[in-house]
Amino acid sequence: MTRYAGNAAALRALVRDQEVHRDVYVSEEVFQLEMEHMFPNSWVYVGHDSQVPNPGDYYGTTIGTQPVLLVRHTDGKVHVLHNRCPHKGTRITSETCGNTGKFFRCPYHAWSFKTDGSLLAIPLKKGYENTGFEQSHAAPGMAPVRHVRNYRGFVFAKINDGGLDFEEFFGESLSSFDNMVDRSPVGQLKVAGGVLRYMHNCNWKMLVENQTDTCHPMVAHESSAGTVVEVWKKAPPGTKKPMAVEIIAPFMSPYEFFENMGIRIWDNGHGHTGVHHSIHSDYSAVPGYFEKMKAAYGEERAKAILDENRHNTVYFPNIMIKGPIQLLRHFKPIAANKTLVESWTFQLVDAPDMLLERTLMYNRLINAPTSIVGHDDLEMYERAQEGLHSNGNEWVNLQRLYSPDEAEQTNVAVNGTSEWPMRHQFRAWTKFMTMGM
Amino acid sequence: MSMVAEAPLKNAVPTDQELIDFVVREARLIDQQRFDEWLDMYADDAFYWMPLEWNQTDPRLTCSLMYEDKLLLSIRVERLKGARTFSQKPKSRCHHVLQTPQVDSRDAAANSYVTWTAMHYVETRLEEQTLYAAWATHHLSVEDGRLKIKLKRVDLINCDAAFGNIQLFM
Ligand code: FES
Ligand SMILES: [Fe+2]
Repeated sequence: MTRYAGNAAALRALVRDQEVHRDVYVSEEVFQLEMEHMFPNSWVYVGHDSQVPNPGDYYGTTIGTQPVLLVRHTDGKVHVLHNRCPHKGTRITSETCGNTGKFFRCPYHAWSFKTDGSLLAIPLKKGYENTGFEQSHAAPGMAPVRHVRNYRGFVFAKINDGGLDFEEFFGESLSSFDNMVDRSPVGQLKVAGGVLRYMHNCNWKMLVENQTDTCHPMVAHESSAGTVVEVWKKAPPGTKKPMAVEIIAPFMSPYEFFENMGIRIWDNGHGHTGVHHSIHSDYSAVPGYFEKMKAAYGEERAKAILDENRHNTVYFPNIMIKGPIQLLRHFKPIAANKTLVESWTFQLVDAPDMLLERTLMYNRLINAPTSIVGHDDLEMYERAQEGLHSNGNEWVNLQRLYSPDEAEQTNVAVNGTSEWPMRHQFRAWTKFMTMGM
Repeated sequence: MSMVAEAPLKNAVPTDQELIDFVVREARLIDQQRFDEWLDMYADDAFYWMPLEWNQTDPRLTCSLMYEDKLLLSIRVERLKGARTFSQKPKSRCHHVLQTPQVDSRDAAANSYVTWTAMHYVETRLEEQTLYAAWATHHLSVEDGRLKIKLKRVDLINCDAAFGNIQLFM
């Protein structure tokens, strides 16, 4: 039964001011429409340009559920191509990432393409003479995603021609990327350490929402962070606090901590937690780092960069970054009830190794399929995915600290336990879902 | 459930059979969820390492699934007992099938013994049952007349796959 296809009014009705209908999480039809409309209408994160440093380097990923390639063309520019052969649809690349040399060659019938996707050669080309091949869908080669933007190394793409331009879509939210990049004394990041891939049997939006959900850590993570605090209490007095305890224990901070840390709301579903401080504020200084920053930026500016303690910045639709620890989580939708979570880490070029070491420790303690903190969260998402099939109540509540005039406001800082960011994400969801319908 | 106790080493230098028995016993303690006894098999400066990369050499600047010292391992064990550990309500169970451990190296002078064990590991919770294939490398030494684990390295055959929850110990 189709309820929502071509029916913008029905889709709009799923999102109310203070609640959303469960179909946004459980309906396969709504999921398909997200893939057809919402993702193609949005600027979606593809990858980081340090993953493809040299001409011919490529990295395969997805925009929504569509396979694409990030590739460095011979002219040094980064392109995004649909990863399917124009002939029969075969995936072009064999590995997730690698170097293809000067051209791609399809492994099925050896059509070849330049690294900007354009058709280079076809074996037995004569067979296409006088067939009108030039007018075919195959003639241009591997279809490029036409709207690509590389922002300080982070590559985004928009599949549809309509929608907002890059600046309008992101607005002031780009300041979180700026802060993450500025933390390198030379203003450069490099993907490093390997990616953690964690399969979740839940809707991708549950993960996005959770990134600004500050009322759950002290409850859902009592089992992990609470145990860390308890075990650490038994350490002999004077023992140096290990990095791992510095990382996990702040999850147990009380409600006031999260209320006071603040949340900022930007346009189009973007926003961040940790306006004033965050769970990353009290990490030990890394020897030699501040000196490098001071030499690069001057003392005042270096301090300003490092005093920024933004916790989680959500970029609608499906990534979150942590500037202070150089981490990016990519929530890749697979089905209404299935999401692949990739957690990527970055090295601050020319900064001490210990920063990367801490970033990697954070990633494995919090975001790995073997992480006890991850176990706490996934249990809740899966229970919700299951519970939402109940017909007793078809609505999910997002009401906390609601104010009737909030839809018109942007770039405001509010109480850190507000569910405003979630309401805001769903306003953006409606906008990009129904755009052009 | 039988509670077979650890047999004391007969001599200062362990025999191959004693190394093998020790490794087999470790898996048994995990399967029987005797986690306090299990932790006691680890030296105070021990690490439990589960690499993320095939043939990974560096646990520090390359990410791992687990690289945990005894403090973190003991936190896991405490957490498993917790009243509000919801991801363990109901509890997971696990099952090891080991090939006979092979003694790869023995250096009595350095008090260092290394074994290599191919295994299948099953973790289950309610309807979900997942099979993992891995190799465990144990770096052992003798402390106060008892064998202790200095490093246990678990290499999954599909270490680079996307996994769901892995909640117990391989
Ligand atoms: S499918 Fe690619 S060349 Fe035929
Ligand atoms: Fe969480």
